[in-house]
Amino acid sequence: MTPPETPPPETPPPDVAADVAAEPGAERWRSAVFDAVVEGNTVTVTFLAFVAAIVVGGLLIAFTDPNVLPKFGHFFSTPGAAIAAAWSSASGAYTAMFRGAIIDIHTVSAAFHGGSITAVFEPISETLVNATPLILTGLAVMLPFRCGLFNIGGTGQFIGGAVVAGWIGFALQLPPVVHVIAAIAGGLVGGAVCGWLVGFLRARTGANEVIVTIMFNYVAQFLLLYLLGTHAFRRPKRIDPISRVVHGTARMPHLLGSTLRVNFGFILAIGAAFAVSWLIKRSTVGFEFRTIGANPDAARAAGMNVERGYIVVMLVAGALAGLAGAAVVLGTDYSLTPGIYGSYGFDAITVALLGRGTSLGVVLASLLFGALHAGGVQMQAATQTPIDIVIVIQALIVLFIAAPPLVRTIFRLRGQRSGPEKRAALKVVGA
Amino acid sequence: MKLELRGITKRFGSVVANDHIDLTVEPGQIHALLGENGAGKSTLMNILYGLTRPDEGEILIDESPVAFTRPKDAIAAGIGMVHQHFMLVPVFTVAENVVLGDERTRRLGPLGFGLLDRRRAREDVLRVSQRFGLTVDPDALVENLPVGVQQRVEIIKALLRDATLLILDEPTAVLTPGETEDLFAVMRSLKESGHSIVFITHKLNEVQQMADTITVIRQGKVVGSMPPTASDEELAARMVGRAVRLAPEKAAATLGEIVLSVESLTVSDDLGNTAVRGVSFDIKAGEILGIAGVQGNGQTELCEALVGLRPAVDGRFAVRGRDLTGHATREILHAGVGYVPEDRQAEGLVTEFTVAENLALDRYDQPPYSKGLALNLDVMNAAATDQVKQFDIRTESIGSPASSLSGGNQQKVVVARELSRSVGLLIASQPTRGVDVGSIEFVHRRIVEVRNQGSAVLLVSTELDEIAALADRIAVMYEGEIVAMRSADVSREELGLLMAGGGAGAGASASAAGEPASAAAPA
Repeated sequence: MTPPETPPPETPPPDVAADVAAEPGAERWRSAVFDAVVEGNTVTVTFLAFVAAIVVGGLLIAFTDPNVLPKFGHFFSTPGAAIAAAWSSASGAYTAMFRGAIIDIHTVSAAFHGGSITAVFEPISETLVNATPLILTGLAVMLPFRCGLFNIGGTGQFIGGAVVAGWIGFALQLPPVVHVIAAIAGGLVGGAVCGWLVGFLRARTGANEVIVTIMFNYVAQFLLLYLLGTHAFRRPKRIDPISRVVHGTARMPHLLGSTLRVNFGFILAIGAAFAVSWLIKRSTVGFEFRTIGANPDAARAAGMNVERGYIVVMLVAGALAGLAGAAVVLGTDYSLTPGIYGSYGFDAITVALLGRGTSLGVVLASLLFGALHAGGVQMQAATQTPIDIVIVIQALIVLFIAAPPLVRTIFRLRGQRSGPEKRAALKVVGA
Repeated sequence: MKLELRGITKRFGSVVANDHIDLTVEPGQIHALLGENGAGKSTLMNILYGLTRPDEGEILIDESPVAFTRPKDAIAAGIGMVHQHFMLVPVFTVAENVVLGDERTRRLGPLGFGLLDRRRAREDVLRVSQRFGLTVDPDALVENLPVGVQQRVEIIKALLRDATLLILDEPTAVLTPGETEDLFAVMRSLKESGHSIVFITHKLNEVQQMADTITVIRQGKVVGSMPPTASDEELAARMVGRAVRLAPEKAAATLGEIVLSVESLTVSDDLGNTAVRGVSFDIKAGEILGIAGVQGNGQTELCEALVGLRPAVDGRFAVRGRDLTGHATREILHAGVGYVPEDRQAEGLVTEFTVAENLALDRYDQPPYSKGLALNLDVMNAAATDQVKQFDIRTESIGSPASSLSGGNQQKVVVARELSRSVGLLIASQPTRGVDVGSIEFVHRRIVEVRNQGSAVLLVSTELDEIAALADRIAVMYEGEIVAMRSADVSREELGLLMAGGGAGAGASASAAGEPASAAAPA
């Protein structure tokens, strides 16, 4: 400890210099960026958690590769060969993943030589297709979370939306544009009803929404299975549970030509993200949600109707998850199957966590996960690395994010401090 | 034991919590440490008790320097501390709590297993409690004991570890007036037997009543030593750093029509027990009705029922003749009722929200704060800037989170919000609890202003000083009933008695009544 009277050193180290408040704008901006990176704030930690997960995932890929392990048998005679084999296994898998998720340079050169241009955009298209339902279900988890509710029911609400949207899509005959709008609206309503029910039970009976939503997931899954066996849904001449096919008039329009799967659903998801962002930050309803989430007692004392808040937020969340169901059944699958809900409902929780409770964060996290999934398919095809590694990487990311001190330790970041303490710490470090 | 602190300095970052503090506690002396919240009293005592280490300065006991690195060292040197929040295990008996951390054992048989010596623990407790008049049953479970008795257990604990210097950190904050008198009697008997006591408080009358020497601390510095004969105004001015008017100037009430009328209102608490039993009263325009009472006698439930946060089991209440029983909180607030809840952190504020958001908490959805579904942030911020200025809320900006404000300024946010719309009735529950003297003065002045403008005010407080300074009429609540309605000039002794549930001569509060009148009574 240095007493305050001690004059500062003649040439202070850079971080102390950067910390002196009275500095011209550019300098201060630079020091702010420096601070942000070194401080280990949430954005830095999130990014580094991703890096750490990729590194650990790479090790897993290398050491589960049957071609790599034998080389390590001769590690002490030829260490170079063993390390090279491990490197090529991991980098090969990740390269394949990149090709499947972002861009494949071979398709670009092929396009210049008269090949298909759409092939260049296929990886991006797949990433966006995978991200679309994740964005919507991620928002459906994030929004109630801001209101103090934990919505595990993304799956059930997704099914609610998919069933209604799908039924409108294949059972009704409507003019082109009207049909798709009606089907999307049906998806919204189907999900909203499922969400409303949860909010209603929570508000009126105090039933814990976590348990209710988990149970509703089962109800919805088996209801879907039952419906697929009924006359109204079952596809003629098929014995397996699969619905009739959605009419062309009810399908989401493609965005990049008919061979690429990316469709209008992605635009809807981005639109929903903007809408949710506005709702939270700039609307009276969102103000109410945030107050209830932060302090329900204060909300009550200020005259807010907390129970109504729970119902409304679950209704909106259900509508978002229902829209995800509509986007899948009208955008890519065109029919209902027993497994149509995939793992969107649960991945949504991860996405909301990774997205740090903001719309932008949810969109970015969904794009990342969408890319991992799209790339995983390509990786498995090209390098025989099992696609399950993608789930491992996802899990690692969450693990690292859930334990920021771990990431800070690995990368030797300083913990987050605030105000005077932070300044003092910087001074102490400098002196 | 003679204790000396020399030049104690403690910094937390750039904040100097203690700035070269010198303090001498003579043996057999009650030394009061007076200062506002955040003045550095607790930091100093934590240093003395070995919980934190000073950056500079030294501690001397009987002229020889000592260094404490942990509480155990301080205890070994004969220092005992009774924290504001007790460190007791609720499901243990008194005797078990007292020996906790210093268990004596009997050897059982040749194997030498230790067996807790309960009998000796009981005897120890009884010995100490008889010697100093600390009446307590050693076999009672701590969770069943009233707060005042739990505090005695803490004192016994310290004494059994041979403490000759006791630090009492805001000991009266949680006590009833009667319990406070009991504590003072214990402190006197400790003093007579040669113990020294450091008595931390911000209540002026207690200091005058008990202390041999008063040291006033402000912003981490000792700003003066004063004799106990110093007046309230002198002490308060030294504590705050400027002249303070303790009781706001108040003209005689000009009463108008009845604003709030409550008719045999009965309310249950969270557990379904009746908390308010058939209470009836009226408040007129231009009148402050003070409800005095020890915490937990139904005042909380009464206020919550009046703003619709708790259903009325029976009875009704009306504001300006309009029956509002069973109406939603929102409707009641819109009918011109302002509500300052007793716990600002739990109910009054959303601490992670900004000051501006907190100021809009009950009107965010009304024009001009909203346009349709959208919030009008410009209006919200402009109004917040205005209120921050008008109510002297000390904050870095209106965008700072409420949690960054001091308790007094947080309370000003709540008061500003409630008083910046037109209120015909203000319900203020503990409006100055845990608030510094400067802010108390401000809040009190505002409450009187509201009353002068012709509103009715229901003021609930457990502080007799506050009731005496503000109320035009005083109701005393005890076990859910209004046991007495008195005019503002009622004596403190009578109020203390009524609050303890006794009419004249009731045994429980005899000690409170027995104290000389000069003991408590700031002007």
